[in-house]
Parts: sequence; structure tokens; C-alpha cells
Amino acid sequence: MPGSMEALIDLLQKNALTPREDIARMLDLTVAQVEAEIARLEREGVILGYQTIINREKWDTDVVTAVIEVKVTPEREGGFDRIASRIAKFEEVQTCYLMSGGYDLLIVVEAKNLRAIAGFVAEKLSTIEAVQATATHFRLKTYKENGAFHHFEQAAERLAVSP
Amino acid sequence: MSIAIADHVRDIPRSGIRDFFEVVQSMGDVISLGIGEPDFATPWHIREAAIYSLEKGRTGYTSNLGLPRLRRSISEYVKSHFGVSYEPLSEVLVSVGVSEAIDIALRALLNPGDEVLYHEPCYVSYAPSIVLARGVARAIATRSEDRFVLRAADVEKAITPRTKILMLNFPTNPTGATMPPDELEKIAALCVRHNLVVMTDEIYSELTYDRADHPSIAALPGMKERTVLLHGVSKAFAMTGWRIGFACAPEELIEAMMRIHQYAILCAPIMSQEAAIEALDRGESSMLKMRQEYELRRNYIVQGFNAMGLECFKPQGAFYVFPKITGTGLTSRDFSLRLLREKKVAVVPGGAFGPSGEGHVRCSYATGLDQIKIAIERIGEFCAELRDGDAA
Repeated sequence: MPGSMEALIDLLQKNALTPREDIARMLDLTVAQVEAEIARLEREGVILGYQTIINREKWDTDVVTAVIEVKVTPEREGGFDRIASRIAKFEEVQTCYLMSGGYDLLIVVEAKNLRAIAGFVAEKLSTIEAVQATATHFRLKTYKENGAFHHFEQAAERLAVSP
Repeated sequence: MSIAIADHVRDIPRSGIRDFFEVVQSMGDVISLGIGEPDFATPWHIREAAIYSLEKGRTGYTSNLGLPRLRRSISEYVKSHFGVSYEPLSEVLVSVGVSEAIDIALRALLNPGDEVLYHEPCYVSYAPSIVLARGVARAIATRSEDRFVLRAADVEKAITPRTKILMLNFPTNPTGATMPPDELEKIAALCVRHNLVVMTDEIYSELTYDRADHPSIAALPGMKERTVLLHGVSKAFAMTGWRIGFACAPEELIEAMMRIHQYAILCAPIMSQEAAIEALDRGESSMLKMRQEYELRRNYIVQGFNAMGLECFKPQGAFYVFPKITGTGLTSRDFSLRLLREKKVAVVPGGAFGPSGEGHVRCSYATGLDQIKIAIERIGEFCAELRDGDAA
């Protein structure tokens, strides 16, 4: 079982919709075992949720995405964690990482247009006392996201039968 | 005028796979479990290394034996994966796939009439390659109830004073069979006792499952000096079209093989050799990802066959399963042809891999799970219809 848990998480990460019967067959488990294991992973917070990867070229929802580098002053007691969680709680913020290197937090922000993002940076982000500086970059095009390509390689032709 | 083809060539039968391939070609829209190569494209970092070498203008001949850099990588790789040390510059030869290495090794070793033992069912090229090298091919049947393991007792029975070579291929195409280490040791002892050369085609060695290690006969005591270890990048790194194989063997044999290779082939293509360096030096994690995927598909397909009543043992290597179809009352050829016509699923008749493969079909799981699912469903329908037909 323990080895198959890694494989289970792998399968779900690749395609969370894989039928449970297929997962069971692939891992040599029963469907009930697979369901119980997934339930346990969800309960214990190992699995936080399931999302869909959208091809932005085909489904343009007029959303603007920006990646913002943020320099902050860590706090004496909370370090980066408290300030990071303050920033992460804004609903515009999709992703928030603590980084090594030239800046501290990297956040991915989505909003309906450029002005909305400018407003978020000017009014919300920069006004937080611990925030020293920000640098905002806008996404122009997506080539690959969460391991999925947005422009698919044409599968090469294979022989139908080979030795 | 009619051109007279040499007798020993004329008498070689066409590959059963080839015949079958032509039928498949004439039909559209077939789901194929007949493919003996990975469905993955070569990992990008390997393709990228080849592109880089082309950009650098590395487009010439190489040493006949292969790029020294590649031979060093091979030597290190073989040492860490098989536990045998070979001198990179004198005991390693880079060939155009393992197929060429088999050919030149046989030609370098056989005098007319020398006998070569090989286990069957087996890869389609072994017997013809032996015959083309003027040797006598002697098959040793392995059995499905024994999971197609080669038994030392059967090898011993087949040995005659003219036996010179024993050919091995574990994990096996088409059965996926692997060897228990103790049986391999017994076979090694036999080879020492009867002074046989072993040619071991270990092209599927990375693709072993259930965390089983791959034992190489070359690593057993007394074996390195009588063994030709054949391997390549095709299966483990999804590089079939690059055509890079290699042989590791004692210096005098490599030297003899090189004499044939240099006049017949000159050298393996340089861009493929460059790609092979990248694969052997840095391909491990790509290989492990593919292996993981194969293992899941294997579990799926084995369950599928057993669930529909076709007995299928769970092989621990390669990417083939070899379910038994005798219960359907059809020969492997009829089963495969009818399955193809009635359900548009291609499998390879077991008989193509020698008489002892009869009663089975080879199904490759080197194809996407979505395709495997549909194939299993259709084969299930086909078997149910056969049963209903019998009952009616």
C-alpha cells in the first residue's frame, strides 16, 4: 500500500477525474480501498482541492493576470508568515510564494483589467506597512501551465504493428 | 531473367509480424496493442541534446567503435546498472540498435554448422539472424504455466557437442518473462561447464516492475569472459528510431565484431550517439517516470484480461502481456485476424514468436491508457460473442 499512495497522488495530479475503477485496476486495489484512501487524503488536508486547467487561447474570459514581486520587511515575531497570509487573503491573489533571492514574495494576481490590477497594487498591496517595494509583470501568453501544454505537439505517426 | 536469391536467404520465412502488419495497414481506425516500441516521444532533454550537437556541426563519422565519450558513458552506466565493469575503449562497441549487434556477434562467432540455443517464444529476429550467420538455430520451448522462465534442465537437454552459443532475452519480448536469480545461476554454471558463449539481449532491463531488480548473467562468477552483453537506449529512453545499441564483451570478440561492423556499417550515426550520451548520463528520472506509467498500465491490462476469462500471468518486465487464448478454440492467428476484422483491435498472434507462442497473443501496453481501455472492452465483447456463438 505505501508505494501505491504516491502513485495514487500522481494519478490524481495528472487527472483528478480518472475513474476510481481505473485507478483501482492500475494500483491493484479495490474501488473501496481507493475511495477510502482519497477520502483520507482529503480529510487530512493532503488534497486541498481539484481544479480545471483552461486553455486561455480558447476561453478568453477577459481576465488579466499579473505576477508581482514584493519586497517586505519581516516582522520580529511573525517572520514572513503573517505578512504573507495578509497578502494571500485578498481574493485577487491566486498564488503566493516566499522566495529566495532579490525579493521576498511572488504573487500571482488576477483581475478583470489592467486598471483593476493597478488599483490593487496601489491601494491594497503597497499600503501595507511591511511592503517596501513591488514590481508588476503582466502575462502575455501561456505556453504551459501546471504541466499541461497550451499548444499541443502533434503526435508523431507510429507503425500500427512492430516487432 | 529471374534473379537467383541465395538459398539460405530464400528459405527464411517472412516475419509473421510483417504479414499481420500488412492486414492492419489496409484497415483504418484500428486500436493497436501490436506495437513493440514506447508510445512516449524521446524525453525532451535528450532531443534537445541532439539538436545542440547538430547546431555545433557535429555531423561526421565517428570512430568505428563509437564516440569515446559515449563508450565511457556506456561503461559507467553498465557498471552501475548491471554490476559489470568494461574497459570503455576496448570492450564496448556502439551498434545500430541491438539488432545489428546480434548480427555481427553471431557472424563473428559462428562457423557453418555451429549450433545456437535460444528460448522461445522469442523476438522474431533471433532464428533468422542465426541462419544468416550460417549457424543452426535450436529453440528451447518455455511454458506458459512456468511463466516462460528458461529452465537450466531444458538447456542442458538441448546442448550437443556443436553447441556454441546460448542466446538469452530477459525480460522477454513477447512474454514479459523475467528470470529468477537462482535459475540464472544454474544456467551460468551450465555455460561454464559446456564452454558456451552467452549472448544476452537485455534491452528491456530497465523496465522491470514490482521493484524487482534485473539480474544480468554477465555479473555472475565466470561469466564476463564468455558473455556478450547487449543493450541499448531504444526501450528505456523511448529512442527506438535513433538506432543506438551497444555490445560489451571481451576485447578479442569486440575486435572481431568491429571488423564486420566497420565494413558493413562504418559507425552508428553521430547525432544519435550524442543523444545517447545525454540519455545514459542524465536520463534516469525520465526513464523512471515512463516505467511508473508502464507499471500502472500493466496492472490494468492484466486485470482486464483475467476478468474477461483470458488467463494472463502478470509479467515483471518489458511492456507486453501474453494472455492465453486456447479457451476460445481459435488459433492465435485466427483469433487475431477475427479480432481485427470484427472489433478493429490489433494484437500480434503468439505463433509469430515461434511454435511455443501458439495459443497466446502478444499485447503491448506501450500505448495510452485510454486506448488500452477501449481495446480491453472490445476484446471482452469479442470473447463474449465467441462464447455465445458456441452456446448457440
